[in-house]
Amino acid sequence: MMEPPRTADVAALETTAREIRRDIIRMTYLAGSGHPGGSLSVTDLLTALLFREMRIDPERPTWPDRDRLVLSKGHAAPALYAALAHRGFLPRAELATLRRLGSRLQGHADRGKLPAIEASTGCLGQGIGMAVGMALDARLAGRSHMVYAVLGDGECQAGPTWEALMAGGHYRLDRLVVLLDRNGLETDGPTEAIMGIEPIADKFRAFRYRTVEIDGHDFPQILDALAEARSRTDGPTAIVARTVKGKGVSFMEGKSAWHGKPPSKSEAERALADLGSPEEVPAR
Amino acid sequence: MTALGPAASLRDAYGAALVELGERDPGLVVLDADLSGSTRTQLFGQRFPDRFFNVGVMEPTMMSIAAGLSLGGRTVFASTFAVFAAGQAYNFVRQSVCYNRANVKIVATHGGLLVGGDGGTHQMVEDIGLMRGLPGMTVVVPSDAATTRAATFALAERNGPAYVRLTRESLPTVTDGSFRIGRAAELRSGNDLTVVAVGALVARGLELADDLARLGISVRVLDAASVKPFDEAAILKAARETGAILVLEEHSVLTGVGALVAAVTAEGHPVPVRRIGVPDLFGESGDPWALLDRFGMSMQRIRDEAWDLLRLRGRVE
Repeated sequence: MMEPPRTADVAALETTAREIRRDIIRMTYLAGSGHPGGSLSVTDLLTALLFREMRIDPERPTWPDRDRLVLSKGHAAPALYAALAHRGFLPRAELATLRRLGSRLQGHADRGKLPAIEASTGCLGQGIGMAVGMALDARLAGRSHMVYAVLGDGECQAGPTWEALMAGGHYRLDRLVVLLDRNGLETDGPTEAIMGIEPIADKFRAFRYRTVEIDGHDFPQILDALAEARSRTDGPTAIVARTVKGKGVSFMEGKSAWHGKPPSKSEAERALADLGSPEEVPAR
Repeated sequence: MTALGPAASLRDAYGAALVELGERDPGLVVLDADLSGSTRTQLFGQRFPDRFFNVGVMEPTMMSIAAGLSLGGRTVFASTFAVFAAGQAYNFVRQSVCYNRANVKIVATHGGLLVGGDGGTHQMVEDIGLMRGLPGMTVVVPSDAATTRAATFALAERNGPAYVRLTRESLPTVTDGSFRIGRAAELRSGNDLTVVAVGALVARGLELADDLARLGISVRVLDAASVKPFDEAAILKAARETGAILVLEEHSVLTGVGALVAAVTAEGHPVPVRRIGVPDLFGESGDPWALLDRFGMSMQRIRDEAWDLLRLRGRVE
């Protein structure tokens, strides 16, 4: 089915993603607060973007033609920090400073503190609009780099998310790719019980996005969808990535309680055992 | 004493300045939210259609799009009415623009009660307070077309977020257009009392000064168009030299320039301060100028408060 080199490539991505997930657990444990659930669900999407699809260079973080990534669901900042660190944009040792006074790693990413961050996000429904602005900027400047906006599903309840999506469709921004981390859970419970967003793929289509639905933990599917999005010349793409909140940690999977709660010491150690190998974490 | 100059539209001055800026800076981009005729950004849109985005009725997202457009180095102007720019879009101005240190200039028209007939829903009297509370935000409230033009150019030169509040009504020309960010303009010199005014009420401050001059009372009039950064030095100098300050603004007295002047003087050189502006109320429909009188900004009220302050100072019986 798949060619051997690709299998090796996928295995490498899976290894990287596991390391990023381990860092997410260590970081949120050490910080004593944060959002592990949605960080773990979006990890494979970010790994595919930063380690394969995106044209970026840690040696030239402000290269004008670099692809842009906007984490509109800004609370998944631990996943982004860990991925950026593994990709060489910041020292891995710095990850331990998450949420500490004086750290560059704010609870929600701040581009003023950490230049590798393209847009400061946190309050939902705004990053997607900034991504639309970045894609318009690129078009005006005659540049062809991609702009990726990663949305959360709770964020799809916010009106301004749809304002921005409407604008991306209206301007036919073919360099804009919206990735929805569809883990199905928000802070208080399942999205469909709180305020349903389905049929979400149809909604994106109605807003003029070529929309694909994939398994957001399957690297070949993610990479195919991203490659197809780059080849488009007639409008924006939406990738609805079905994911599992808390992915990779048995007791966090599918539980909205882990949206905004850090693991305790024993929970962190159990999570690290789930993610490949046991590890003792220092006292907080 | 010079008489007030002819009335001119602040919005027209803004629109014309934008077109000139567009000629100078090929990267400059302008956005509007379906009010481009009223805000006059249409003038820019007609001249530079490729660099003009009328995003429709989505003021919050207009701020995010503007921020995204600016982060690569562009200067971006975004316009709509004040109630939408500062009210509807507040948290988008806060995070997308200010927290991102985006080079976005928000020029809001239709500030204050002078909106008139549209009534209290559209009469934004809280915007100065909301916008000056945002870290990193520059806030300018021009008093006439000349200052509007000067401020538009000055802000285009200055990197970072800014909010400009314009009025719908044309206003008499009261300045020579020598606006500078961070400086209050002394429009009348005087030592018996200081009037600090912004926007449409600067003209009323000048009328007061001219009236009192006939009685031998000299009133200093400061146009505090640069609300942030605020010219604290000029305020404290006025407090020391004139001993009392009357503040005039077409904005809520709770959070506006009056509150700012009171704070600056209380900390730096306490003197009697009186705040004339909109009380803790929403506006209502009516003739624009009649609304100013109705809500406590009449010339009679201004004279009465001035007289009180002069009495306190022992300048009059």
